[in-house]
Amino acid sequence: MSDVAIRTDGLGKLYRIGRRRRHDDTLRGAIAEGVQRAAHAVGAFARGRSLGCATAKSFWALRDVSFAVAPGEVVGIIGANGAGKTTLLKILTRITEPTLGEAVVHGRVGSLLEVGTGFHPDLLGRENVYLNGAILGMTRRDIARKFDEIVAFAEVEEFLDTPVKHYSTGMYLRLAFAVAAHLEPEVLIVDEVLAVGDARFQKRCLGKMDSVAREGRAILFVSHNLDAVQRLCTRCLQIDKGTVVRDGAVGAVVEGYRSRSDDRSGPARWIDLSAAERHGSAGAQFARVRFSSGSHALGGYPYPFGPLEFELQIASEADRTVQSLAVVIRSQGGTKLVNTDTASQGIPLHLSEGVNLVTIRIAALNLNPGVYTVGLWLAGSIAAATLIDHVESAFDMEVVSDGSLGFGATPRWGGAVATRFEVIQGRTEPAGSQVVGGLSDS
Amino acid sequence: MGYPVVHIRPTRGFASLGIRELWQSRELLYFLVWRDVKVRYAQTALGISWAVIQPFLTMVVFSLFFGRLARMPSDGVPYPIFSFAALVPWTFFANGVVQSANSLVLNQNLIKKVYFPRLAIPTTAVVSGVVDLVVAFAMLFGMMLFYGIAPSANIAWLPPLLVLALVSSLGTGLWLSALNVLYRDVRVVTPFLVQLWLLATPIGYPSSLLREPWRTLNGINPMAGVVEGVRWAMLGTPTAPGPAILVSATTALALLIGGALYFRRMERTFADRV
Repeated sequence: MSDVAIRTDGLGKLYRIGRRRRHDDTLRGAIAEGVQRAAHAVGAFARGRSLGCATAKSFWALRDVSFAVAPGEVVGIIGANGAGKTTLLKILTRITEPTLGEAVVHGRVGSLLEVGTGFHPDLLGRENVYLNGAILGMTRRDIARKFDEIVAFAEVEEFLDTPVKHYSTGMYLRLAFAVAAHLEPEVLIVDEVLAVGDARFQKRCLGKMDSVAREGRAILFVSHNLDAVQRLCTRCLQIDKGTVVRDGAVGAVVEGYRSRSDDRSGPARWIDLSAAERHGSAGAQFARVRFSSGSHALGGYPYPFGPLEFELQIASEADRTVQSLAVVIRSQGGTKLVNTDTASQGIPLHLSEGVNLVTIRIAALNLNPGVYTVGLWLAGSIAAATLIDHVESAFDMEVVSDGSLGFGATPRWGGAVATRFEVIQGRTEPAGSQVVGGLSDS
Repeated sequence: MGYPVVHIRPTRGFASLGIRELWQSRELLYFLVWRDVKVRYAQTALGISWAVIQPFLTMVVFSLFFGRLARMPSDGVPYPIFSFAALVPWTFFANGVVQSANSLVLNQNLIKKVYFPRLAIPTTAVVSGVVDLVVAFAMLFGMMLFYGIAPSANIAWLPPLLVLALVSSLGTGLWLSALNVLYRDVRVVTPFLVQLWLLATPIGYPSSLLREPWRTLNGINPMAGVVEGVRWAMLGTPTAPGPAILVSATTALALLIGGALYFRRMERTFADRV
């Protein structure tokens, strides 16, 4: 095996964006424009002038990215949304071409950019294994050889002859991951698959990735879950605005990323919401928001059972009274976990013209370490018709572990909701009783 | 065990056809075709019969209007079988063109998430029509039995003629599918184009109706050669493929190679634009 699995050299990707004219992407428009341009060219030629050509706006999604990955190395890639992580992966998996530079990949690339790509809902589980395997680049022989292993890993034995449209999300995901994980590529690229699936499944995915790495295959792991990155990777690249800004041991890079000053969603900093996607009748708007657990040691990051304070700046155009103001915390999967609606306490809120400050204080946050999405809600009453301003996804917030496990470590057990419990042993009932074990929550 | 070393770098101008890569992913092609066929036949209430109903109903309509009302000559065979023998390869061709033209847009999920030779997608769309073609041919044999027409030894020429239909369909489909990614109104233009093409092909009428410059000129239309050839091979009409079939074959090949080159050239932007 070569001593390099992936090498990139000055990789760059330019995207054209901005206002394309309305008829730009129709054949009719293209023909009309062609005629127009020809006429224009003739006119310009007649007047002895050269042609000016308006260039579309463009931006570099990726710029001068160079790094090398050795076989067996597990490299995390982190960075804010839109930093260029996905573009990098798309180039490495040959979905899109770079504009500049070169990447050399030694061996087959297996990508988990989105598990279940190519699954057809009407085909049986068995058929989808073959179809998906073929799409990912496996031969029929490979798939047949691995079939039992794939099915066992996915735990869908009884449902092999059921169309996958009848599968639960969990089964679907397990089967999809199982196919991709058994591809045995020399380079495995994983993008955020672990955001879904239950804790046990996530654990098995991580375990599978571990064993893949031990077999001497390189893994690129892109995630927003810094804890997962820290647990899994040895090295980490941080990408910002299309360039690699940090490259080194995972601990240093992740901690540097956590404490970065330009973090728009870090704690104890005002997050500007003026450009956020929102719904509502306006009249009043969330302008800025700031959150903090108040813990100096954790840099203000929220932690399980710790306090958490949200300060909301609300710009109102007039004096008004509102019944419903809420901070909503959702899982990355979109499940509403926390909703601090003032309506539930029946306390009306008075907003005066200008900027108002409202603080919502959670005494103990019952969330385990992970990344959550925070939304904001403001309405005249709890009826949706009186909605004034709703920012469904204001920012992502990371809950960190409080240090008893070591900074940034996520326990291998999962579950979004933090709960305190104890274990009582030695309460075995006499034989014949229904209670067998002695494990209880309290 | 050797493993491939892939160099990823920007490409410019015309790319190679990538035939070898396509050949290497023939199993993928097989699975995609199999998916298309299975889903199509599992989903439709009428199942396999659609493949037959489409050319059959067209034949009925043609027989009524062209055969009965316009008393169109039909090269010495009953008009219904005259038109049906032409509609069978035509339907294969036309469905292939329409399906492949939309194939990239329909499979955009795949294109945006996984790499594989993109040529596999429009190719699948055309090739999966072969199953329908076989069913329709069974129907044609049934009609020949009904009219008491026995095929002659000419039937040996059927396979190359059908390959010509496939090449024409794929060639046209490659052009349209790539254009469809760039220009969204291609989807609207395609059925119209196919309709005009139907009228320009001697399906409802014999090419013996055409006067001379037009008759030879019609050979440029590859489907004219296919349709007349299939009639000759199956029904023994006096339309044996002459030099005109070479013109048809050349056009079809030019369509295919040109289409593949254009497709490969545009391919690198598919994931960003689709």
